[in-house]
Amino acid sequence: MTNESKTGGIEKRSARAIASDVNARRLSAREVTDAILSHVDRVDDRVGAYLTRLYGLAREHAGRVDLRIAAGEKLPLAGVPVAVKDNMCLAGTRTTCGSRILENWVAPYTATAVQRILDAGGIPIGKSNMDEFAMGSSCENSALGVSRNPYDLDTVPGGSSGGSAAAVAAGEAAIGFGSDTGGSIREPAAFCNLVGFKPTYGRVSRYGLIAFASSLDQIGPLTRTVEDAALAYDAMAGYDPMDSTSINRSLEPTADALRSNASESSSAAPKADNSRTDLRGLRVGLVREFSTDKLGNEIDALYQQAYKDLAALGAEIVEVSLPTAEYGLATYYLIAPAECSSNLARFDGVRYGLRVDGDDVGAMYEATRAAGFGPEVKRRILIGTYALSSGYYDAYYVRAQKARTLVANDFKKAFEKCDLIACPAASSPAFGFNAKSDPYSMYLMDYYTIPMSLAGLPALSVPCGWIDVKGKPMPMGLQLTSPLFTERLLLSTAHTYEQSTKHAEKHHPEVPW
Amino acid sequence: MSEQKIDIRHVATLARLALTDDEVERFGSQLEDLLEHVNVLAKLDVSGVSATAQVVESRNVERKDEVRPSLERETVLAQAPQRQGAFFRVPRIIAEEA
Repeated sequence: MTNESKTGGIEKRSARAIASDVNARRLSAREVTDAILSHVDRVDDRVGAYLTRLYGLAREHAGRVDLRIAAGEKLPLAGVPVAVKDNMCLAGTRTTCGSRILENWVAPYTATAVQRILDAGGIPIGKSNMDEFAMGSSCENSALGVSRNPYDLDTVPGGSSGGSAAAVAAGEAAIGFGSDTGGSIREPAAFCNLVGFKPTYGRVSRYGLIAFASSLDQIGPLTRTVEDAALAYDAMAGYDPMDSTSINRSLEPTADALRSNASESSSAAPKADNSRTDLRGLRVGLVREFSTDKLGNEIDALYQQAYKDLAALGAEIVEVSLPTAEYGLATYYLIAPAECSSNLARFDGVRYGLRVDGDDVGAMYEATRAAGFGPEVKRRILIGTYALSSGYYDAYYVRAQKARTLVANDFKKAFEKCDLIACPAASSPAFGFNAKSDPYSMYLMDYYTIPMSLAGLPALSVPCGWIDVKGKPMPMGLQLTSPLFTERLLLSTAHTYEQSTKHAEKHHPEVPW
Repeated sequence: MSEQKIDIRHVATLARLALTDDEVERFGSQLEDLLEHVNVLAKLDVSGVSATAQVVESRNVERKDEVRPSLERETVLAQAPQRQGAFFRVPRIIAEEA
């Protein structure tokens, strides 16, 4: 059997299947890696997922994984190709945050979450493109490259984790690292026919993630299946003393919950978090304020069908209300910019990154930041600084923090009536480049995802169907969210829905597949 | 047109950002537009509501005050835009006496 036929179609295979083959030595990590890198060479000039391709480092890691397998180890992600979003430090690699201010900066250490995936056998294929400093919903704010949606190359992959989404959708990785502050994992996943999972705040270490908004940022996986997302989460999550916001709490593995037999759940009332082929006993809340009738007939019908599919699986559908959900956008667009204005103060030309000289240090700061930051970053720094400045701090920032409490409380009340909430991940499928030239129209793309971020809840997007856009079928995502620390329930529910509807398999991307 | 006039130049100074005249005008109007949307928060009744700084259990975390390995100095200085020995070199901070 030639290498080519062994690795034929490797770009479509799940992380689980690849790891299984590598652990069983049907394939070597090196063979997988070489095949994926060839695929990257074939497609990435058009897709633009990666700002940096890690040929040497990938092969080095593959060699090490093969040695460990030869020594008898079994690795949960053996040989699995991984895209690393470019705001995550990976030692020795250019880590740019999609910004000119870090265009040539090389990370001297590796983020904890990334290290854990590599320790589990993952192979870093490239550093993926992103909206600059994670600010954006289309990847168009990247200062360093253009990423395209593999399902229609004239549309955006979403953002800010657009590069990782494009990579996984185009088969250039099986797991993409994303970071989600207001929706930056879930929205690109929805646009690119992927599963995008944001865990509970504090479940995944932020050490080595270049910060945007510290009370909102969370790392999570983008994958082609729910099971792969569960595998990735199991490998990356857990307490890290290097992150003072990391939660020190027992971690329940999630991937095994997806694989137990239907027969195990035959007893009277199956517990909501065991694997099952149905959702009996589960109450799914539909949010009154997130009614999809405003989204047009086609999209409304798509979500109504998704809700019917949940009901057909045995879930009890209940109506819930999040009265302060409509304040989510306003709350977020004060808190996130305020936190970002503080986090981005470190980019001043002194210790790292771009420096533009000035007569004195103040002039250097101003000129460096003017040259290094793009317009969206500048806008958010300005609004954040304003919201925190003397005379405005109480009226804006503190008021937004109080609104945040109300949003979190609304969810707590809703979860008295239901176990999970279902709603859209985004209001539309992927749009064309330059479609949202007005900043606020772009901010609206976060409408459904922001409230969960404000409340710190685990949330994910799973493919739920296709919408015809100018003759091309484009994917849309169903968002599911559940109470704090209930990742197992969330992933197992998404898995059951995915396995019974299999929407993701109905169409394939434009790139060679 | 919003009643809110943001002193963009002042905010830019606070943020250590040099803006062109064109940016002052453009960002000024975009931010005033955003503030109009954000002002919906003024309608919310937040009396008696405590502010959320952290959504999940928050406790200050400290470690023992003992020396531990960190990044090597050479690693840290390797990408310094300008260095001088063990220092980052920057332009004048304190103005010369007139």
